Amino acid sequence: MTTLAGTRGHLLFERNLMVYRRAWLIIFSGLFEPLFYLFSLGFGLGHFVGRVHGVTYASYIAPALLASSAMNGAIYDATTNVFWKLRYAKVYDAVLATPLGPADVALGETSWAQFRGLLYAAGFIVTAASLGLVHSWWGALALPAAVVVGFGFAGMGIAASTFIRTWQDFDLVQLVQLPMFLFSATFYPLSVYPTALQWVVRFSPLYEAIVLVRSFTLGTVGWTNLVDAGYLVVLGALGIRLARRRMAGLLLT
Amino acid sequence: MPDGGALIHARGLTKRFGPLCAVDAIDFDVRKGEAFGFLGPNGAGKSSTMRMIGCVSPVTDGTLRVLGLDPLTDGPAIRGRLGVVPQMDTLDNELTVRENLVIYGRYFGLSRRELRARADDLLEFVQLEERANDPVEPLSGGMKRRLTIARSLVNDPELLLLDEPTTGLDPQARHVVWDRLFRLKQRGVTLVLTTHYMDEAEQLCDRLVIMHQGRIAEEGSPAELIQRLSTREVVELRFAGDTPPVEGVFDGRVARVEELPDRVLLYTDDGDALVPLAHERLGPQSVLVRRSTLEDVFLRLTGRTLVD
Repeated sequence: MTTLAGTRGHLLFERNLMVYRRAWLIIFSGLFEPLFYLFSLGFGLGHFVGRVHGVTYASYIAPALLASSAMNGAIYDATTNVFWKLRYAKVYDAVLATPLGPADVALGETSWAQFRGLLYAAGFIVTAASLGLVHSWWGALALPAAVVVGFGFAGMGIAASTFIRTWQDFDLVQLVQLPMFLFSATFYPLSVYPTALQWVVRFSPLYEAIVLVRSFTLGTVGWTNLVDAGYLVVLGALGIRLARRRMAGLLLT
Repeated sequence: MPDGGALIHARGLTKRFGPLCAVDAIDFDVRKGEAFGFLGPNGAGKSSTMRMIGCVSPVTDGTLRVLGLDPLTDGPAIRGRLGVVPQMDTLDNELTVRENLVIYGRYFGLSRRELRARADDLLEFVQLEERANDPVEPLSGGMKRRLTIARSLVNDPELLLLDEPTTGLDPQARHVVWDRLFRLKQRGVTLVLTTHYMDEAEQLCDRLVIMHQGRIAEEGSPAELIQRLSTREVVELRFAGDTPPVEGVFDGRVARVEELPDRVLLYTDDGDALVPLAHERLGPQSVLVRRSTLEDVFLRLTGRTLVD
């Protein structure tokens, strides 16, 4: 009997589902953050901003907040929770004594973090649609887009969590995540930046994520969206690969 | 199987961590149905050996076959047939007692339906039925150990690996664990355990190896090792102040004298015969005549006691 590496990752997902069956409230608290931004900036500040790219300011930033919430949910789970299970709770030490291997752990935890990001995105899009902020039937694809976004950030987050040594190191995660949130053409178009800087911003994975989701909610879909999605998928896959190697090195000594 | 039916077959098995050689080219075989022990102090290489057998630590050098398979290529298949009780508890603190068994069984690919019945049986076996729906965290050390043992049995393993199963437990809790392990042994489960308690090794092991500094110093059954490497009895002398010089005092009347920081051990086949002489010549505070144990064997082999 041989088992293909990574084919049992869903059991980690199942384990997390068992844990959160009792703690749904903790997950739901994350639903509100993007809504607070939407009301405060989208409608509040938006009142003074007027229209951007032909739509209301709230409609303009809603997809960006959706992508950001998929990112935040995925990163939060992939870093904080995975770090805890890896270094303190010894969950993976127990798991690796069973037929599961590091690839299963990396894939299983990625899918869970992705799922968490998806939940936040789903909650947000329902609200956004009911407020009339989705302008196209393409908007139905915003949710699958959030799955791609979640995958990218979950994979990268899990790789990052294997490098984290102490709780203080999470400040470094923040140091990347916060500017990415603020400057990835989230609250204003890329054209605001000088040309040179525009190219830097284009490499931000969240920028790609926002472009992808925004195309769907505003109905401006094009072939270049495949590049946006591809970029996120590749980053996520590289993250999983790295995480698998790192976890094997840390746990199978 | 090419190795005469041995469940574990090791030749020249070696584990190095950088410059440190934790396991230094050891040979051993574990046969089906026996309880096999690795006895030795901390740092002797017992846990490293166990982790290699459990396929969670790559072999540096030598040959290792577990259930006839190579851990390097068949790790998942081997692990699927093993039960592991690690040295440190790795229970899932975010789940209840019962959920710990269920999810662990799921990792082995068992169905939820199968696991419902099995979890009940296992909880009964380790006497934790009443704690089934409690969180794991507040359980006592002994209960956690028992739960870990129950968890290790969830896949009905052919081979059970126990790394220091009773370290850190109080005497009563240890006896409960021993009792459960003894029952497993009676059922024909092959046990491999490490310990630095000689009484544990004597109680549970049919055969054992004594490890010291990464090597196997001796191998045999507990009784055989004691008979071969120690005398029938030991006289323990303790002194109120400094130990007086004992050299030459018992010449020709004892097989061996061992001076430890807190006592002097006289190895002889007739302990009582030495007591009057010891009182007369050395004036000890207390004299105890006892049978030889594995501790004495270990002392003879390494010049050290097992538990410092």
